[in-house]
Amino acid sequence: MGKTGNRKPKRINEVMETELMEDVKSTVGRKEAVTGTSKGKLCRDSIRSGGEGKRGGEGERKQEKEPDKEKKPKEEKIPGSCRNIRLSFQRTVQILSAAIFNGYVAGFAQGKIFTGKAKGLCVPVLNCYSCPGALGACPIGALQTALGAGHHIPFYVLGFMLLFGVVLGRVVCGLLCPFGLVQDLLHKIPLPKYSVPKKIDRPARYLKYFILLFLVILLPAFLVDDTGVTPPLFCKYICPAGTLEGGLFHMAANAVLRGLAGILFYWKLILLIVVVLASTMIPRPFCRYLCPLGAFYSLFRRFAFFSMHLEETKCIGCKKCEGACPMAVEVTKNINSAECIRCGKCREVCPTGAITYRKK
Amino acid sequence: MGNRKKREGNFPVRIVRAAVLLAAVAFLMVGILQREYLEVLQKAARICLECIGIG
Repeated sequence: MGKTGNRKPKRINEVMETELMEDVKSTVGRKEAVTGTSKGKLCRDSIRSGGEGKRGGEGERKQEKEPDKEKKPKEEKIPGSCRNIRLSFQRTVQILSAAIFNGYVAGFAQGKIFTGKAKGLCVPVLNCYSCPGALGACPIGALQTALGAGHHIPFYVLGFMLLFGVVLGRVVCGLLCPFGLVQDLLHKIPLPKYSVPKKIDRPARYLKYFILLFLVILLPAFLVDDTGVTPPLFCKYICPAGTLEGGLFHMAANAVLRGLAGILFYWKLILLIVVVLASTMIPRPFCRYLCPLGAFYSLFRRFAFFSMHLEETKCIGCKKCEGACPMAVEVTKNINSAECIRCGKCREVCPTGAITYRKK
Repeated sequence: MGNRKKREGNFPVRIVRAAVLLAAVAFLMVGILQREYLEVLQKAARICLECIGIG
């Protein structure tokens, strides 16, 4: 049985091969069939190896289909499996930077904050220094403190901010900021998404410059109360990052602090809830309208080392980039807008690869 | 020609960037000499009541 079984397929193969050659001649063309170009070879090889399919065309089709079949199991989604999570470059960097800037794990366990010397250094992001994990100082908080308590030019903090601004610019917002990561994740929640009308969006974006100028710089510098110390007004009345990273944790962990919570805490909590809800529907509302650090870094858009580049010859004007931009930048008109946070989403969706990161 | 134009176009940007970079380093040096980092450390090493909403 085994022998006959072996002989029959051989004969069938021979017949099929001749059939195939005829088929190939009629469809692909004589030249290719005679010279044995890639298609002809593929068909012959497929039949010789397994004798699959009666016609060469089918064999060829199966050859093409096989890789798909091989791919399919890899793409299969198993609910709850970690294998399906593919992190983008942006998300990977965001998670890593959030972990590094808030790397004091013992703080979360003990309900205390880090008090080492590294707290004397400013981090490039808006990361509250009252967060139990924070290893460095928030530049906006440090700037307000230096202006409000010391009433002098804060060379040290300004030095850090200028350095980060010129070297990184708004790359900080797009790739490093932990609160940016929080907003991005919130926006992944499947709720209705809205785009803010330009009439409201454009003037509202100036709000962050107003906050930077008045609440962060001018008022702390020139407003003096009875104690001679001006509190950090932005941190005190607005910053939702402080409420989220520091406030909620300390309130939960410390009964004494919980007892002290008053109108101010509830005001900040409402503000945080508003930002959280807005983040689910609008991409990065805090970065767009409120963040004074983003406003400061946006001043460096012309001088920062990293910028985006649009190759106009490759651009086909499909505007997929503008649809993907979380900051609603008109990428095709002004790719290095002050609002661009260099997150690279436009680069990811560009079908022609016209958008690249550029180091000036 | 195109390259020269590009270089000329980037020229003031490069100068401004270098100037800002120098200013940043100079500010940092002055700040360190004036021991401003202690002020930052003092504030950051305590729980900021304003930041967490107690005031």
